[in-house]
Amino acid sequence: MTVNVIYFARLRESLGKSSERIALPANVKNLGDLRELLRGRGGAWATELGEGTSIRAAVNQDMAKPETAINDGDEIAFFPPVTGG
Amino acid sequence: MTVRVQTEDFDAGHEIAALRAGNPRVGAVASFIGVVRDVNDGDNVAEMTLEHYPGMTEKSIAGIIEQARSRWSMFDALVVHRVGRLKPTDQIVLVVVTGSHRGEVFAACEFIMDYLKTSAPFWKKEQTAQGQRWVEARVSDDAAAERWRSKD
Repeated sequence: MTVNVIYFARLRESLGKSSERIALPANVKNLGDLRELLRGRGGAWATELGEGTSIRAAVNQDMAKPETAINDGDEIAFFPPVTGG
Repeated sequence: MTVRVQTEDFDAGHEIAALRAGNPRVGAVASFIGVVRDVNDGDNVAEMTLEHYPGMTEKSIAGIIEQARSRWSMFDALVVHRVGRLKPTDQIVLVVVTGSHRGEVFAACEFIMDYLKTSAPFWKKEQTAQGQRWVEARVSDDAAAERWRSKD
């Protein structure tokens, strides 16, 4: 299963990446699993995507929760709390 | 309904006229314009850059307008939000709601703006004398949006 992951705003800058395609291991079934996988990269990934942070996520452009299932071809975005208006 | 995310400035008078054109049922139009201030959190802001999530931002605002439509009697709504580089005194956002009566359109306009602030994916980065910084989300904005939930 392969997904497209996008990072926005402060997160994009601290991770040094705006998007990437990731081939997921079989045990990654939901958003929480993916976040844990990314945290495993260490460094900024571990701190920015840590448990206590206020990072939000969307699956296929809808706000999502850790238990939201992910499927092949999904567009997944991670970003800080929004500050528009 | 109309939702636009654009770098160009907007003309509120023109947008309002277009939204209610040819509709004699409209008895009330409420509008809100957000503008860039020169001070935020005690520091002078020289410039800011707004970014968004193309696709999701428009979809999110359309969803907020649908929620407003289900709560209040209104005819139509327009949201224009700018992105890119903006300076103090520049307009950032325009919300316009049309309906029969003022009470409904005032409430719908405020609701749309409160929800846009807390759920539409936009991010501001400010340029101050101390350098660039990402604007942090405000607890007061969450409280403003939450207020509408407690009225359910």
